[in-house]
Amino acid sequence: MNAPMTSVSAEAVTAAPKRSYLPELISWLILAACLVVLPSFGSVYVIYMVCLIAINIIATVGLNITVGYTGLLSIGHSAFLGVGAYASALMWLHLGTPLIVNMLVGGVAAFVIGLIFGVPALRIRGVYLAIATLAAQYFLYFIFQQWTSVTGGDRGLSLPRIDVFGLGDTGFYYVVMLTALIACIAARNVFRTRVGRSFIAVREKDYAAEVLGINVIRTKLIAFGIGAAFAGVAGSLLAVFLRIVNPDQFTLVVSVFFLAAVVVGGRASILGSILGAVFMTLMPEILRFVLEHAAPQGADLARLLSPLREILFGALIVGFLIFEPRGLVGLVRRAFGDTEAVEARAGEH
Amino acid sequence: MLMQILEFSLIGVASGGIYVLAALSFVIVYKATNIFNFATGEMMMFGTYLFFMFDTQLGFGWIAGLAAALIGSACLAMVLERGLLRPLIGRPAVVLVMVTLGVSSILRGFAGLIWGPDVRQLTEILPRNPIFLGDILIPGKLAWGFVIIGLIAGAFMAYYRFSRAGTAIRATSTDQVTAESLGINIRAVFLLSWALAGVLTAASGIITASVNGVTPQLGQVALNVLAVVMLAGMTSVGGVVIAGLFVGWLETMVGAYLGASWQSFIPYLVVLLVMLVKPTGLFGERRIERI
Repeated sequence: MNAPMTSVSAEAVTAAPKRSYLPELISWLILAACLVVLPSFGSVYVIYMVCLIAINIIATVGLNITVGYTGLLSIGHSAFLGVGAYASALMWLHLGTPLIVNMLVGGVAAFVIGLIFGVPALRIRGVYLAIATLAAQYFLYFIFQQWTSVTGGDRGLSLPRIDVFGLGDTGFYYVVMLTALIACIAARNVFRTRVGRSFIAVREKDYAAEVLGINVIRTKLIAFGIGAAFAGVAGSLLAVFLRIVNPDQFTLVVSVFFLAAVVVGGRASILGSILGAVFMTLMPEILRFVLEHAAPQGADLARLLSPLREILFGALIVGFLIFEPRGLVGLVRRAFGDTEAVEARAGEH
Repeated sequence: MLMQILEFSLIGVASGGIYVLAALSFVIVYKATNIFNFATGEMMMFGTYLFFMFDTQLGFGWIAGLAAALIGSACLAMVLERGLLRPLIGRPAVVLVMVTLGVSSILRGFAGLIWGPDVRQLTEILPRNPIFLGDILIPGKLAWGFVIIGLIAGAFMAYYRFSRAGTAIRATSTDQVTAESLGINIRAVFLLSWALAGVLTAASGIITASVNGVTPQLGQVALNVLAVVMLAGMTSVGGVVIAGLFVGWLETMVGAYLGASWQSFIPYLVVLLVMLVKPTGLFGERRIERI
């Protein structure tokens, strides 16, 4: 996850003064080393949070491809997570396939469903599309909830404990980390290909993209599908991780959570998706920690926590959009004294 | 059997009235400012809490309380427009939608913080006695609520159609640049349309809550309002009325004959099907560009 990946336009890469990526590379390596040795001394809670963050990163990167890079507003992302989760859970329960197969099936299933619900994107744009994805959200939730013979209805599916490489939970931890890493690198590399660059072209001006010979319809569909596929993989990991799949994990609120992670982290930036997912996952925990230590004695914490979380959640979205449209990644770049006009423009969409 | 269907139909259409008001507020904001207001439901909820506060908690009595709530809700809407949405004019639709989603979260949070998660009952304004039409029984609150909604919606549409301010709003929605060059104060139009939206949402929220009371989750009702608006086609004031009543009817019939879990799903299915055939909705202008 070196620097150039956020420089979405080619001109930014060439215009940027030559600078050393060594410090950044070293910090990524240090982070990777920390994550590798973490299971040997981290507490169960820390491992749990890191796994959750990694899964959310995968889903957020996927949503960022659809929303941030291609400019298609999707508010049904959690439903695709659900598709992946149910697909992989059913595979495991009924066929006993290994985790890697389940993840692939989850991703492919979500990709296909994403394509189907991407069809409205061909005829409608902008906020109309948002409503179509909202319909997808309700549609899939309804299926999760009502198709009791397959999905287990409201009670959902319970999964057995997984054992990867004979390492138990630690093995699963490594699988999650590796998948998140692959997902981020894959997403970064997509935007060095023809397909990835056509996403950005479509976002900027779809007429112009069409004139330049880009098949806008196919591009939009693929963008939807890829975003959903990332969600599917994340969902299949989530199912194994939580060992339960039920409809209430995949509601509109969850979709808005991922949208918030994209916006707060930084649209059209892989690093932004990572930062956004980390920040939004940790935010409730931090808030609870602060409340427990700062609230006066005898205050009803449970009553305070949920409204305060909602206020903070909304305030973060609104605040970032108004004051730092590039999101956390913009703050980071500013902190490093890197304020290229080109990037500021690239982040505007 | 036939009687029962008729009874459910009447109840459904009457309950669709709530959607009409909320959807009108939605459409006026969308037409004037091109903002897709996902906070509509939360504005309903907050306006209702304002009524509860002025009427029950501060003891204004219901007439003064109602006036204060409507004014307060309009002010809140104007603050949102001026403070949060005005700085973002011209930004991509993704941004504007996200801001309104953020605002809805903030409003829900504040309501939960101030008034708590429990159900609060409003003062009974609407008469309780059921109305009999032959053998058909309609709950009194629903019927009278529908009458009031009809009056409000009628007054609003007359204002929108005939008043100078309404004409300005319509001019702005047709072509902002031309409207501005003809001397219409666009900023004032934006503020006015949000204020109207605030009044409409508060009214529909209070009528909704007069049956079951108000909780911070009242805004969930508005998710079906989105279906109404999409069905009607976002820009059509008259179409919203028809679509609102239709969705209310559909929802009640589905709830009665298929079960409650179908209720939030069927309206969207209908919308999706309509949009596949006619992307602009049933009554919408062909404003969106196609690829």
